Amino acid sequence: MLHESKPRGRTRIGADVLCEGLRRQGVDVIFGYPGGVLLPLYDVLGDYPELRHVLVRHEQGAAHAADGYARVTGRVGVCLATSGPGATNLVTGIANAMLDSIPMVAITGNVAAALLGKDAFQEIDITGITLPMTKHNYLVRDANELPHVIAEAFHIAQTGRPGPVHIDITKDALQQETQAPHPDAETVLAAIPGFRPTFEGHPRQLRLAAKLIDEARRPVILAGHGILLSGAWDQLREFAEKTQIPVTHTLLGIGAMDETHPLSYGYMGMHGWKHVNRAIQSSDLLIALGMRFDDRVTGKVSAYATGARIIHVDIDPAEIGKNVSVDVPIVGDVGRVLDALTPLVAARQPEDRAGYFAELADWRRGSEARSWHGSGAWRDGLLSADYVVEQIGAAADHDATLVADVGQNQMWVARYGGFRRPHSHLSSGGLGTMGYALPAAMGAAVGRPDKETWAICGDGGFQMTMQQLGTLVQEHIPVKIAILDNTKLGMIRQWQELIYSGNYHSSHLMGPDYLKLAEAYGIAAFRATTPDEVPAAIEAARAIDGPALVHFRIADEQNVFPFMPAGKGLSDLIEEWGGADE
Amino acid sequence: MTDQATTGRRSTDQATTGRRSTDQAMNRPATIPAATGQAAAPATREIPGTGAGHRHVLVAVVNNRPGVLNRVASLMRARNFNIDSLAVGHTERPDVSRMTITLHGDDVAVEQVAKQLYKLIDVLKVQDVSDEPRIEHELALIKVRATNSTRAEVLKIVELYKGRVVDVAADSVIVEATGTEDEIDALVALVGGFGIREMVRTGTTVMVRGPQVVEYEGAGK
Repeated sequence: MLHESKPRGRTRIGADVLCEGLRRQGVDVIFGYPGGVLLPLYDVLGDYPELRHVLVRHEQGAAHAADGYARVTGRVGVCLATSGPGATNLVTGIANAMLDSIPMVAITGNVAAALLGKDAFQEIDITGITLPMTKHNYLVRDANELPHVIAEAFHIAQTGRPGPVHIDITKDALQQETQAPHPDAETVLAAIPGFRPTFEGHPRQLRLAAKLIDEARRPVILAGHGILLSGAWDQLREFAEKTQIPVTHTLLGIGAMDETHPLSYGYMGMHGWKHVNRAIQSSDLLIALGMRFDDRVTGKVSAYATGARIIHVDIDPAEIGKNVSVDVPIVGDVGRVLDALTPLVAARQPEDRAGYFAELADWRRGSEARSWHGSGAWRDGLLSADYVVEQIGAAADHDATLVADVGQNQMWVARYGGFRRPHSHLSSGGLGTMGYALPAAMGAAVGRPDKETWAICGDGGFQMTMQQLGTLVQEHIPVKIAILDNTKLGMIRQWQELIYSGNYHSSHLMGPDYLKLAEAYGIAAFRATTPDEVPAAIEAARAIDGPALVHFRIADEQNVFPFMPAGKGLSDLIEEWGGADE
Repeated sequence: MTDQATTGRRSTDQATTGRRSTDQAMNRPATIPAATGQAAAPATREIPGTGAGHRHVLVAVVNNRPGVLNRVASLMRARNFNIDSLAVGHTERPDVSRMTITLHGDDVAVEQVAKQLYKLIDVLKVQDVSDEPRIEHELALIKVRATNSTRAEVLKIVELYKGRVVDVAADSVIVEATGTEDEIDALVALVGGFGIREMVRTGTTVMVRGPQVVEYEGAGK
């Protein structure tokens, strides 16, 4: 037979070392796509049945899937691509992981070492390309180095502030026979003396922080992605409950605290809740936990919370003092910092903050009433995206994983999804990668098969990565897809309407008949065009054992409010048509 | 080597205002401003890194591995930091290289440079030695036009500056000079009148005076 399998007594080669190394790191799934230089690896991959290989339809999707897998499991996601175009297709997904601090190991093949630098077929200097968007990267030309490099890459990817690490391996290294052993943890540590993250907060800084917290009259907690990355949601809740300090969330901090908790106050920033931004602007102490004062969070820095002192806890010292000056910097793992800080602060009762809480509650009532279905689409009988998102969140009793795409849909998901548990909200925060939702949901569904997983996309973002429908079917990944279709690049259209005098250039886009598209892949699909059709369409999709798609034909011109124009401050939110409020 | 102490020219020694070591664990005691309260709240929040800039000299101890210089240069470019000079070479250990980086910026901006550099796995230590008493030297090779009528004058200036003529041709000489950036600038200005045909400078290298050294964790594999 032509395709007779190799005798199992064959020699151990670099590709075996790679598979062994991945297994030793606890990897159970690789999102990948083969290519010429990877054939030695794909030739042995079948000998490692514990390593599930998910064959994607485009390498960008492999990186996003590894990203989604990492976000829901807290473990390192692994993606794999061939040299040249395979590797460059990974780049967007690696950059996305870098900006959002996602632990990932991206593996690429490269041409044989002798051909490096010769512009060989499918050769590109991929380590040169990924250098500024990875925590670290490697070019491996010798199979004997592979065991160490793999162990080191996984250590770096998940230790301290997580991030992507890229390993580029030449084809001859994958084929090379080797007896090199896998290193132990001590050997790995000893080889990287320049990598020693700080985990414990400095005791003096903790005391200074505790003093400010005890003295503050209008304190606000800013809970960021670090809470989720550190697994510190219990510590956050305990700290907030003991001090009776309201918790606000960055986009990626959503899920760090149950939104129905009395101390959970909501989502901040450019499209955040007005009451949240107002609380921040009028605060006298911001306690920033694992967040980085992104421009979408602060708006114009000179006008940001000008009456507040700032305690900033982050594991990355470079984030402290980068975007805003802070009063008490604390470098450390936010969970360990809170473990040490909570015993130092005075306990409060809700009645101690009665006046403050009454004011916050008053703001919240007003802001939620005005923001709800804020576009007027609801009044006109059109399908309103925020209603759709709310219904999807409620359908699985807020236990599903909702993966947002980028743009208006992302903001609607963040505002109206209703998040109760960690890792139930996935969003491309830093890079803002359109096309993220579907492949990331794929990875999330593989990582947490016990949770219902929804990809919530606009029609623009869905069309960027919809080729992954094939992956869902072939790999039996039961992602539910919601397309919020306004036949627009909605956020572009919104800015053109509000900032560029209605000059709608290139923001209208046609799409296919999404039901027929799904049908072509054998995916069950449903449609809702009016509000009363929404719950049934969602339930129909949920009842399918496997992937399903729901096409929501939403209002063409619904905007996301409130909205902070670029270059403005957090107090300059536009709430509706006709200009800034206050 | 032209040592400042023997030449008696302007020394780069600076008053020691305390050792400024940008340590990896940036858990420095904070200065907490006086309580302001709501009423006395400042109108604006200060933006980090926008203060008055001055010249800084950073020492970066790095693993001597392929690509490390690229990582440092790439980071500087990506983070929008402008380097005035960067000199790199081996140290007393073959597996460790040492960079001297000079740049302008306010203290917060340069501290941000140091902290970003620390994020590179191959960077073992970064120290801002701007406030340390130190020797700061670079080397320059200057090919100066020198004819029979001007050669004697060129040689005299070079001698005054403790430079060395290392090559003589019919209509030019190569002058080797070491010293601070300012000293070499001054020599260049003086011989510039004769015509400089070519010049190359190494960039500043630095070493702190006295027994103290730039300490770092063990080097790489």
